[in-house]
Amino acid sequence: MFRSLKRLYPYVRPVAGYLVASALLAGVATLCGLAFPLVIQRIIDGPIAHKDVSGLWVPTLFLLAFGIGEAVLFNVRRLVAGRPIVRVEQNMRDALYAKLQALPVAFHDRWPAGQLISRAASDLGIIRRFMAFGAVFLVVNIATFIVGVAILLTLSVPLGLVVAALALPLVGLSSFYERKYQVLARRSQDQAGDLTTTVEESVLGIRIIKAFGRSAHIGRRFIDQAMDLRQTELTKAKVVSLLWAVIILLPEIALGIALIFGIRQVADGSMTAGQLVAFFGVAMGLRWPIDSIGWLLAIANDTAAATDRFFEVMDAPVTIASPATPKTTTDRSGRLTFRDVEFRFPDTAPATKPVLSGLNLDVAAGETLAIVGATGSGKTTLTALVERLYDVTGGSITLDGIDLRDFELSDLRQRVAIAFEEPTLFSASVRENVLLGMPDGTDDDVRRALRVAQAGFVDDLPWGLDTRIGEQGMSLSGGQRQRLALARAVVGNPSVLVLDDPLSALDIHTEAQVEAALRSVLGSTTALVIAHRASTVMLADRVALLSGGRITATGSHSELMATVPAYRYLLASEADSTAAAGLAAADALKVSTGKGFSR
Amino acid sequence: MSGQTTTPAPDQVSAADDEWLPESDFSAAATDESWRGVATEDEEVSVEVGVKLQSRSRRLLGSLLRPHLRTLLVMVAIAVVEQGSYLAGPLVVAYGINSAIPALVAGNGAPLTWTAIVYLTAGVLNALSRAAFTRVGARVTQAVMVDLRERTFRHSQSLSLEFHEKYTSGKVISRLSSDVETLQELAAEGLEQLASSVLSILVISVTLVVYDVELGLIALAAFLPIFVLTRWYQKRSQAIYRRSRSAIAATIVQFAETMNGIRAVQAFRRESKNKAIFGRVNGDYSKATGDSLVALAIYTPGLRLVGNITLAVVMLVGAGRVIDGSFQIGDLAAFLLYVRRMYDPLEELAYFYNGLQSATAALEKISGLLEERPSVPEPAEPTALADEIDGAVRFSDVTFAYNPRTPVLPRFDLVVPAGQTLAVVGATGAGKSTLAKLLSRFYDPTSGSVTLDGVDLTDLSTADLRRGVVMVTQESFLFAGTVADNIALGRPTATRAEIEAAADAIGAGEFIRLLPDGFDTDVRKRGGRLSAGQRQLVGFARAFLADPAVLILDEATASLDIPSERAVQHALKSILVGRTAVIIAHRLSTVLIADRVLVMEAGRIVEDGSPEELIADDGHFAGLHTAWRDSLV
Repeated sequence: MFRSLKRLYPYVRPVAGYLVASALLAGVATLCGLAFPLVIQRIIDGPIAHKDVSGLWVPTLFLLAFGIGEAVLFNVRRLVAGRPIVRVEQNMRDALYAKLQALPVAFHDRWPAGQLISRAASDLGIIRRFMAFGAVFLVVNIATFIVGVAILLTLSVPLGLVVAALALPLVGLSSFYERKYQVLARRSQDQAGDLTTTVEESVLGIRIIKAFGRSAHIGRRFIDQAMDLRQTELTKAKVVSLLWAVIILLPEIALGIALIFGIRQVADGSMTAGQLVAFFGVAMGLRWPIDSIGWLLAIANDTAAATDRFFEVMDAPVTIASPATPKTTTDRSGRLTFRDVEFRFPDTAPATKPVLSGLNLDVAAGETLAIVGATGSGKTTLTALVERLYDVTGGSITLDGIDLRDFELSDLRQRVAIAFEEPTLFSASVRENVLLGMPDGTDDDVRRALRVAQAGFVDDLPWGLDTRIGEQGMSLSGGQRQRLALARAVVGNPSVLVLDDPLSALDIHTEAQVEAALRSVLGSTTALVIAHRASTVMLADRVALLSGGRITATGSHSELMATVPAYRYLLASEADSTAAAGLAAADALKVSTGKGFSR
Repeated sequence: MSGQTTTPAPDQVSAADDEWLPESDFSAAATDESWRGVATEDEEVSVEVGVKLQSRSRRLLGSLLRPHLRTLLVMVAIAVVEQGSYLAGPLVVAYGINSAIPALVAGNGAPLTWTAIVYLTAGVLNALSRAAFTRVGARVTQAVMVDLRERTFRHSQSLSLEFHEKYTSGKVISRLSSDVETLQELAAEGLEQLASSVLSILVISVTLVVYDVELGLIALAAFLPIFVLTRWYQKRSQAIYRRSRSAIAATIVQFAETMNGIRAVQAFRRESKNKAIFGRVNGDYSKATGDSLVALAIYTPGLRLVGNITLAVVMLVGAGRVIDGSFQIGDLAAFLLYVRRMYDPLEELAYFYNGLQSATAALEKISGLLEERPSVPEPAEPTALADEIDGAVRFSDVTFAYNPRTPVLPRFDLVVPAGQTLAVVGATGAGKSTLAKLLSRFYDPTSGSVTLDGVDLTDLSTADLRRGVVMVTQESFLFAGTVADNIALGRPTATRAEIEAAADAIGAGEFIRLLPDGFDTDVRKRGGRLSAGQRQLVGFARAFLADPAVLILDEATASLDIPSERAVQHALKSILVGRTAVIIAHRLSTVLIADRVLVMEAGRIVEDGSPEELIADDGHFAGLHTAWRDSLV
């Protein structure tokens, strides 16, 4: 636990002074609180016992001073530590965000966004609260306990021993229940998360649920999960009730015993009435420090876990980064060369077949090459390699003679632009979504790109280019989103354009228009186009067939249609190949097992 | 001396001041930064954050609590016992000091024994009642929560698609999740806070005044500055709370969008601009958190200050009274103990009030959702369909409009005989999908009727309707669970063999068996994530398993690659035999398997005939067909 918490030091160091000051102030304030009963003792045993009204003023002024001191010191402590600690949290969150943006896509494949959000949100909140409160009071309360027991012992040794003796089991028991509680709290959080998932599905999948009349079916699952959550909450309540019982009962027993012995001692004269009252005052003041220790230890434990989760992300290696001495070139012709490229996903077992292996391909400057392959053949992976969203695990890819890994990352990504098959739009204006990586782009740039993508619908949006789209703005159809993704790719005049099935969601008319407009761009730019349909292939100068992890054939569409059955199987429609389908399927099977087919 | 350890530490950070609640109501996140763009303001902003319940919230709360009235009364009784035993402590101490000491000096030990017995009994009673309150409270709270969850869930399911499209999924989800959770938080901790703080303030005030009018009034006078201070804090924290909520929302949105769109972020070098945006929203959030800590830094020690000054005054006056003999030392001790624990509940009450504000806002929103009436209601007395449904469909005089100014279907008549395969083509906005939505009763026509085997769809029970009509859409959402679970949604009673047969029939069996765990692959786990085309195939298998009399395919083959599309078309040829089908498609390849083609334009049928006839006719369809043939070469 301590080792985890120690890792926070670099973040805390800039405000360590504030933290120490805050702990000292809290300590002094607590001492002021403990002084109260002692002053009261002086009043009872002094002026009251001697019936000296004028003697009341001085101790009362002391009481007042301690009272004001306690309140003011607590106020100053909070003011001193509050904002600096919030700043620590803010810096940690900024650092986490920056780190996550730098981590490669392979990392994000493994970590769902929800997990990362809970690190940025609740885990950092736990850490802040511990720094602002838990850590300070863990120290202050232990110190208070020691000082308080010392005071009690000076007031009355046997009574002090009773309180001290019962304090230890109290700390032990409360920390035991607190830990139990935290396990349950985590479980309840997880179950609430499951419940939210079901809610999300029931809403996002409402069309399917209604189409099949399955509301009752998913409703039962929801109720089952709600009942599980209820059970956990009830168990939690049980633990809390036991915790309360312990926290109330043990001190009551201690105080009850102390009361009896105290009264006896006052009666036999070995203790004054003032001392008894003071004893009770101090003992009462110690209640919270004592039973909070168990709770604070549990919080420290939880904070250590939150810290570990934070560093789990911060420690992840950034495997895709700019080289120490980047190369660059003024040549922007966009020649792409794949040499013996191999790729396997990082977390797959070593025995599994790589997605791509022994892949060789040359794309000439200015050429548009279509890539055709069956679902799952690795087409999309291939396009991600060109952007260095993943790195090849073998072989190399060069752009204009330079290995992709030797470019400065931003240089490479400026040269290569991609339109994804499933376009991501951000909750921002249309302009911002198109200019994504080009902050200095003008409206003219945007309009030119929108023209190429035939995204004239933007003019019909209520605020034109300023209209917010994405999750929290206007919702767009699949075809509209796809056209914006296309505009985003072409706006920066890249030397290589990668289009992953860019026209799949468009209807026939729009498809033809976009194709015509795209040709003007593709005439001068190197392009890799993933194609599922003959109409998209028509954009290309040349087609490559991706199969079994490598390129098995290249040529023009009509050549491949005529001579490569596996190609015909993938692209010929029902109308002209029903008869050939069986044959072609058999051929395709041979290709994928690597037998009987060679370039 | 009995003491309640809820006694917040002088410095305890309350949960209320800084929760990082995931909130899905991002409406308030809008700022004037231009990159965000402009969007219509959300009407929800207008929901007053206050504690005044509107009548619909009151009705909802009433109906939720009514079944638990008796338990609630028991809880009140327990709370009274708890407070009674808690407050007995100082009185017992006073008795002990005033009576037991002199008695003991006089050789009489009985008062001491009584003091001991009463003190310990009160302690045990306090511990037990506190534990009991927690348990009983949790029972009621959880029962109410399950009830509320079930109601909101079932209700949202019963609402029509029209509602879901208008209200947006994000809002429905936050109604059903975070809003309900807000209520649960208040119920779990707030009830206890409310019961104990209100009761102890009342009981202590009364006890003090009854005990001694003069000193009691001095103690009560402290309520005035406390009241002013609390009002100030509430106003201040309310403003900060609102700011912090929208800052949190903006921060989470920025974070989530970046992580979900990381490919686009990296590919388009968005990192530095994102960093600046995140730095700003994160800074706003920190500022709000800092402000709330400062407000709290003034409020809590402020309460403490008032309490401490009062204590000093009570001490001074009380000591004077003891000296002049009208008060005993025990009484003074009791008074001091009471004063010391009198102001803590006030602090709790302030936190409770904060929680109450967000809870009433949540309740308001939830009750709003519950008051929405389904626009496509189930009939009270459904007409039953025969066991064998023929699948004859008829649209008579149907008109339909999403809003009155722009009718989508102006007067529409169509007869589809049982067993016919009908293809519908036309440009976007021609009304094809509306036709499908009316036939599947996602919507009801504005006027006229849609009948299945002569029975109006509005007279059918959901079970009969879905036995009769099933629609497969372009959108292919998969539910958590295995691939087999997802197919079984078509017919939950299906056996494993039937599920696999359905998958094989539409040509999906092959790829499913290649998944890591075959049909048992979890679709949410890595390796189980399916491509759009594969999800579509699962959707087909689901519809095939449901075995409806009328099958509607709305752009259902859009995201299939050619080999899959070919396989589906093969399968369709056999699946559609003896079944009525309505196929809506962009691509003409799908249309050619139909018996009959409708070409629609602006909500009207402009061409109607067999594919061969229409191609020969040289009309709109013939043109499309030629364009399509050309694209294949």
